[in-house]
Amino acid sequence: MTIITKTAGGIQVVKPTVSSHIRDYWARVRGGDLGTLPAVLGLLALVLIFGTARSETFLSALNFANLFNQGAQIVFIAMGLVFVLLLGEIDLSAGFASGVCGAVMTIALTTHGLPWTVAIPVAMLTGVVIGVVLGTLVAKLGIPSFVVTLAAFLGFQGVLLTLLEGGKNISINDGFVKSLNNGTLSVTWSWIVAVVGVGGFAVAQLLRWRGRISRGLIADPLGIVVARIVGLAALAFAATYVLTLERAVNVVITSLKGTPIVVPIIAVFLVLWTFVLGRTSYGRHVYAVGGNTEAARRAGIPVDRIRISVFAIASFMASIGGILAVSKVSSVDPNTGGSNILLYSVGAAVIGGTSLFGGRGKIIYAVIGGAVIAVIENGMTLMGLNSGVKFIFTGLVLLAAASVDALARRRAAATGT
Amino acid sequence: MAATPLLELRGIDKSFGPVQVLHNVGLNVYPGEVTALVGDNGAGKSTLVKCISGIYTIDRGTAVFEGREVSIHSPRDAAALGIEVVYQDLALCDNLDIVQNMFLGREKKRGVVLDEATMEEMAGETLRSLSVRTVKSLRQLVSSLSGGQRQTVAIAKAVLWNSRVVILDEPTAALGVAQTAQVLELVRRLADKGLGVVLISHNMNDVFAVSDRIAALYLGRMAAQVKAADVTHSQIVELITGGRSGNLGLPPEKPSDFIDITPAGEKQ
Ligand SMILES: Nc1ncnc2c1ncn2[C@@H]1O[C@H](COP(=O)(O)OP(=O)(O)OP(=O)(O)O)[C@@H](O)[C@H]1O
Ligand SMILES: [Mg+2]
Repeated sequence: MTIITKTAGGIQVVKPTVSSHIRDYWARVRGGDLGTLPAVLGLLALVLIFGTARSETFLSALNFANLFNQGAQIVFIAMGLVFVLLLGEIDLSAGFASGVCGAVMTIALTTHGLPWTVAIPVAMLTGVVIGVVLGTLVAKLGIPSFVVTLAAFLGFQGVLLTLLEGGKNISINDGFVKSLNNGTLSVTWSWIVAVVGVGGFAVAQLLRWRGRISRGLIADPLGIVVARIVGLAALAFAATYVLTLERAVNVVITSLKGTPIVVPIIAVFLVLWTFVLGRTSYGRHVYAVGGNTEAARRAGIPVDRIRISVFAIASFMASIGGILAVSKVSSVDPNTGGSNILLYSVGAAVIGGTSLFGGRGKIIYAVIGGAVIAVIENGMTLMGLNSGVKFIFTGLVLLAAASVDALARRRAAATGT
Repeated sequence: MAATPLLELRGIDKSFGPVQVLHNVGLNVYPGEVTALVGDNGAGKSTLVKCISGIYTIDRGTAVFEGREVSIHSPRDAAALGIEVVYQDLALCDNLDIVQNMFLGREKKRGVVLDEATMEEMAGETLRSLSVRTVKSLRQLVSSLSGGQRQTVAIAKAVLWNSRVVILDEPTAALGVAQTAQVLELVRRLADKGLGVVLISHNMNDVFAVSDRIAALYLGRMAAQVKAADVTHSQIVELITGGRSGNLGLPPEKPSDFIDITPAGEKQ
């Protein structure tokens, strides 16, 4: 049953209710637009499996906190890759770009004795410059991004080796940098962060809802808006509760509790880029170029500049990933950002629901996909499985995600929706 | 009808590399009238449209808009003059919704933030002015619309901006009978609102149903531009296929003007 109502200009539209909203969502899922649903279901399944098999270790507060520190680098690179993937491009060099930026920061801190207030911006700037160069090669010379970034993948590996003078391992002593991906907030601050975060989300959602209603436009039913807010609150408060439990192995020596500092850092970038993609014309243009480049060009959108910018954002985010990677182990070595980091990051974005064909994806997908990857890696290690099994399983999960993406696309083409 | 054209093209030449596609083409577009642009496949209709809209730069010739000579180098220039094009290949983004598509490249903002509410209101009012009465939602993805609905969105996008000239490249080519009638009605209504409308179509019934003037392109040359009331169906068909019909059309052709592009061995 549908109720008809009026919207802007007196056009008649279907009035959304909680049930029609759910029906519409289900229809979209059946039409192939699965969004991040498979990733969320997969995450739940993995947590159940590992939670049953290794309940005392996997489900411990200590392990839960560790997941954030372990996944941070991948999540940051993946957030940046979402922009590149939205244009249907790829950046295979993001892993080693993060390593290079991490090394730049480390060298600035140690060899040059600069404070972190200089070293971190220099590393980030390095990321932006790398991205602008890659993007320019792709956009202006028309070299496929696959080739440009594959070359850069090799090149940056060499740059990293050279920066580290043939493979030295350089340690850092800077307390601030170390705390980024090791430190925790005090219990009080943990709760303040959770409450402010949830409160901010609630205010933003309700203001938007009221704004649309007051102008006579169709808005999501209030029930759905409230459900979203309650859902986030439940998740955030439950997580904060667990993270503020004592999790030190030996409490006598040192106490360990509170939300890892990296959590609010991830949250800030999640909010920032979600805002940029969803609420600014720049973000709109990124989606447009990814959806239909020619239409975007005809609409007067500077396609080349958009293309360059997404590579710049990707490498910038990779630089932060690199900084966090260095922070976590307090040192940089020739394999920082190497081995499977890049593949895991691409995997995170795609598993989360970002389309490899361009035009579809959100920043939150990178975080959810990153969580899936981190849980697989962490859970399988706790189960004592060797790297071989882990790689095979992660590869299969990525393949499954890519198949979902390809099938969704075919289905959309077939049903014309 | 108004005697001075809104848009006047004179002596337009356009080549792609060694191939000259448009030769000395002229075209007048009058306010409040539908000018049909006809011609066989490959005659150069779409190319002419893209020259007007700034996607291609012309090699020679001038464009006069409201009596002023103008130069159009990009889609933005054309849009600034109030020239809007509904392209043959629709130029909508499937992954964006109706409102987002209508405002693409010209989003309304408050500060840096998109002003979605204002855009949605304007989109709704524009659709309403085109007599669209019901849609499921203005926030529906364009990929979920039917061919006719997509065409309506594309046309609405073109008239959103107080446009003066709207050019439609084969807007009914992919549509069924009912939706074709709807779109033609829409085209007529645009002209009745005082806009200069250019309609490209291969369907003579459609052309005679809505247009006031007919311009026939033949192998990249403007064969004739005539009032629809002064010509018959068959005269237009002759202009399209041969470039001439009685005293209308191009002078008898000089064979040297044409290059034979039929591949050897495929002569028919
Ligand atoms: N980008 C291009 N590069 C080279 N040649 C082109 C290009 N675009 C069009 N042409 C050529 O220009 C000629 C005119 O093409 P155009 O698309 O303008 O024809 P049309 O009249 O719109 O035909 P149709 O009715 O099939 O749409 C054709 O011979 C075509 O091959
Ligand atoms: Mg054409």
